[in-house]
Amino acid sequence: MNGFGWQGWWNPWQRLREMEREMSRLFGDVASPVGATFPPVNVYTDNEGATVTAELPGVEPKDLDISVRDRTLVLRGERKAPEGADDERWLRRERAFGQFTRSVDLPFAVDADKVEASCRDGVLKVQLQRSEADKPKQITVQS
Amino acid sequence: MAETKDIQKKRETQMQRGVEPTQQGRVFLPPTDIRETNESIVLTADMPGVKVDCVNVTLENDVLTVRGTVAEEHRSDPGAAYAEYEVGNYQRSFALSDEIDRDKIDARMNNGVLTLTLPKTRPSQKRIEVKAG
Repeated sequence: MNGFGWQGWWNPWQRLREMEREMSRLFGDVASPVGATFPPVNVYTDNEGATVTAELPGVEPKDLDISVRDRTLVLRGERKAPEGADDERWLRRERAFGQFTRSVDLPFAVDADKVEASCRDGVLKVQLQRSEADKPKQITVQS
Repeated sequence: MAETKDIQKKRETQMQRGVEPTQQGRVFLPPTDIRETNESIVLTADMPGVKVDCVNVTLENDVLTVRGTVAEEHRSDPGAAYAEYEVGNYQRSFALSDEIDRDKIDARMNNGVLTLTLPKTRPSQKRIEVKAG
């Protein structure tokens, strides 16, 4: 129990679906071949902020665009298909390519100036700090 | 398109019966593309979180096995507020039908993607013609 009480309204699955629908509406459903849930994300939170990790194998950091507004983190980018030889034929195709837009709803507003992102070994790590105005105020109970 | 909205769950590697991995945790099948040209077979596998020195590729009795160990820094701590993917090692085996020139196998790791180029041996193999009747 961390005392913020956001778990109640924050039904992650439902909220995420809603956000995705909203993003699709705003940016036009690009019908991304990589799927609406690429990349998969994990969100870790504590009192100071949040860390979002995403698995983005094969995405060059330069092809990745990260933006933050209030309590939404948006990951946009492209997973480029490899250049193939003329005489090649596919034996197995399990990986998808194309452009993607993924929005992650955070449980609190974050400071857009204090976002740090690193991408290593196909894993993106975005560290976000909770905005000062949004932090809960500790109230001492007087006896 | 409704089904693409669902999170793609990682598929787990089926271990040989009675054989368990030494390291605890789940082992996943890396999603893999395989393309073939006249000269070679190119295998591409997604193994996010695996560094270049943590990949192990073996070819034994025409069975190609790819193993990848996820770096410690990418192992997630269990307290995720919201989780769509699990972190684990990767292992997958493929039976190769063509003769592969073992000495010229090229393996590269870039941004969590393993690319293996397996050159075919020059037609030393005898092709047996199948006749009708």
